[in-house]
Amino acid sequence: MALELDHIEARSGTFALTADLTVDAGARVAIIGASGSGKSTLLDVIAGFLPVQSGALRWKGDGITGMSPAERPVSILFQDTNLFPHLTIGQNLALALNPATGRIRDGDAARIDDSLARVGLAGFAERRLSEMSGGQQSRAALARVLLQGRPVLLLDEPFAALGPSLKAEMLDLVSEVAEAEGLTVLLVSHDPQDARRFAAQTIVVEEGHVSAPEETAHLLDNPPPGLRAYLGGTG
Amino acid sequence: MAARPVSIIAALTVAGLVIGPVAAVILRAEAFGGFRPADWQALRFTLLQATLSALLSVLFAIPVARALARRQFPGRGMLVALLGAPFILPVIVAVLGLLAVFGQSGLLNRALEPLGLPELQIYGLQGVLLAHVFFNLPLATRLILQGWLAIPAEQFRLAATLGMGRRAMWRAVEAPMLRRIVPGAFAVVFVICLSSFAVALTLGGGPRATTLELAIYQSMRFDFDLARAAMLGLLQLGLALSAGLIALRVTAVPVAAKGLDRRVPRWDRTDRRAICTDAFWVGLAALFLLTPLAMVTFNGLSGITTLGASVWQAAGHSILVALGSTALCLLWALPLATRWGEWLGLSGIALSPLVLGIGLFLIVRPFANPFELALYVTATVNAFVSLPFVLRILRPEAEAIRTDYTRLRAALGLSGWAWLRWVFLPRLKRPLGFAAGLTAALSMGDLGVIALFADPDRATLPLKVYQLMGAYRMEQAAGGALLLLLLSLGLFWMFDRGGRVGS
Repeated sequence: MALELDHIEARSGTFALTADLTVDAGARVAIIGASGSGKSTLLDVIAGFLPVQSGALRWKGDGITGMSPAERPVSILFQDTNLFPHLTIGQNLALALNPATGRIRDGDAARIDDSLARVGLAGFAERRLSEMSGGQQSRAALARVLLQGRPVLLLDEPFAALGPSLKAEMLDLVSEVAEAEGLTVLLVSHDPQDARRFAAQTIVVEEGHVSAPEETAHLLDNPPPGLRAYLGGTG
Repeated sequence: MAARPVSIIAALTVAGLVIGPVAAVILRAEAFGGFRPADWQALRFTLLQATLSALLSVLFAIPVARALARRQFPGRGMLVALLGAPFILPVIVAVLGLLAVFGQSGLLNRALEPLGLPELQIYGLQGVLLAHVFFNLPLATRLILQGWLAIPAEQFRLAATLGMGRRAMWRAVEAPMLRRIVPGAFAVVFVICLSSFAVALTLGGGPRATTLELAIYQSMRFDFDLARAAMLGLLQLGLALSAGLIALRVTAVPVAAKGLDRRVPRWDRTDRRAICTDAFWVGLAALFLLTPLAMVTFNGLSGITTLGASVWQAAGHSILVALGSTALCLLWALPLATRWGEWLGLSGIALSPLVLGIGLFLIVRPFANPFELALYVTATVNAFVSLPFVLRILRPEAEAIRTDYTRLRAALGLSGWAWLRWVFLPRLKRPLGFAAGLTAALSMGDLGVIALFADPDRATLPLKVYQLMGAYRMEQAAGGALLLLLLSLGLFWMFDRGGRVGS
């Protein structure tokens, strides 16, 4: 009952990533490390944007290594471009529900309204991104992954552009939603405070090597040498 | 990706449209030993007029571009916008306008007559050059204006702090820029004029002013000598191909150049003499470009009410041809809006429409009467000729859409159809509208292949106007030209506007 990365090796240009670990289903895990250490590459491997050279990915025992991003039980929030700016929020969410045609079928409208209400955007279906604040845009993107209904949620620093209090608010909202849906969440962040706030467990990525999840508070209070250098002794 | 087979089909039909007709022409061509003196003369004239046209266009473009680059005056924006208009102006309309100004009973001759000066003759080399400069002076001006505007403002600021005079400024800043830009502008105009057909047809002619394209037309239309037409076509093909390749190395054609409405801030423009020079050139260029158009409009107003049913029928044909070729061109362009697709599309510049027309004629003839298919052939050839411009317009935006949204598309698992319907086409709407407008207007005004094939029942509007002109029914010709002008601009406006609404 878990997300398994079994002796994974992946390559992006000259950069190599190795990972061998297990994330418990329903866990909330932070991924921290210096920029260029391979945090986003790790998410790309899990989401299916980067094929692996060797090893296997499994979700609840089923192999997902060969699946395309859309077939995987995984949804992802990118740093930017999470919704199409020329479509209304409602049209965007209809595409998430029905990626074959993008049409709103029977009952879709109700589901869209419901998901918007859950992220605090009731009545926003007719708006476009340009008519919304940064925080509202993040909420709309969250509504999108809610509707996709995939059990694993990957967050690639999607709230990095928000101010500190808005970011904290969004992380709390993600926690709340993940709790209710029973999602397994992996959050990439360069901010150790995010990890403390959001995730009981943390994965450290260092020069392409991914370590197994450890308890966040313990890890940050007693960082290994590489992490200590990155945190600058303030973690 | 589901789009793959579609791009391959599009690429194959375009490649087939190049290779098929060219092969047909090669197979049919006489041995090159069969060159007659008239053929050599056509080759010589083609090269001569293209060289002179390019030279004159560029020469006059330099002072006009400089004036536009350094002056601010009311109507400047309009004038710069107008410089883009000849691209979609039907040749026959411009020719009628030039005749109204420079022709036998035109404005200029009427002004010269009381002074006892000799009458100006427009037909021949001078007429061909006049029309080519009319069409290409604006293009050359835009190219050179771009060069001027690309000079970094720091250079002018530096020149100002050094207190550099006009001469020093010219030597240090402006001349080096022109040395870079002018060869390219010359090459572009030269290549365009090499394949000149409609201008030579209407203002040239006779053994001393016949281009290769016109010679192809004559051997087809008057002598029905297919072998000779094919041989000339082959010669034209070689010429355009080599010149095109050279031009491609020297320059890039701006179709929708942006940012030309800026002005370079300079500190040396209070000079009185310079102001007068600039005013002179801008005024002359505006007069040269606007008077013929004003005359067409003025003369056409009375003629447009007298148009017969056959003219309206021709207008209907033209609209159908324009819409058909626009649809076909976009069907090709959408899957081909990639780097290699643009290379393929460039064959549309190198291959002359008349050669293509002869080739299609040869291919179709064993199966059907080519004259009955005249309108279809015209629409196909027009789509092909517009393709390089359309690809130049669409490709940057199409590629940006693909790179910006591939990850989101994959994360959502959008089908090819949903991608096209909800993302690709909506986001491409603006350049798509502009490209469709250009294609429709170009096709609407085209007087090329249709002249090879058409019988009276299948004339397009430009051909009809040409026939009216040839029959000296000038009032009706002017009316038809005004109708053609309105339809071309109207189609362009409609499509371009359609692309802008709600985006």
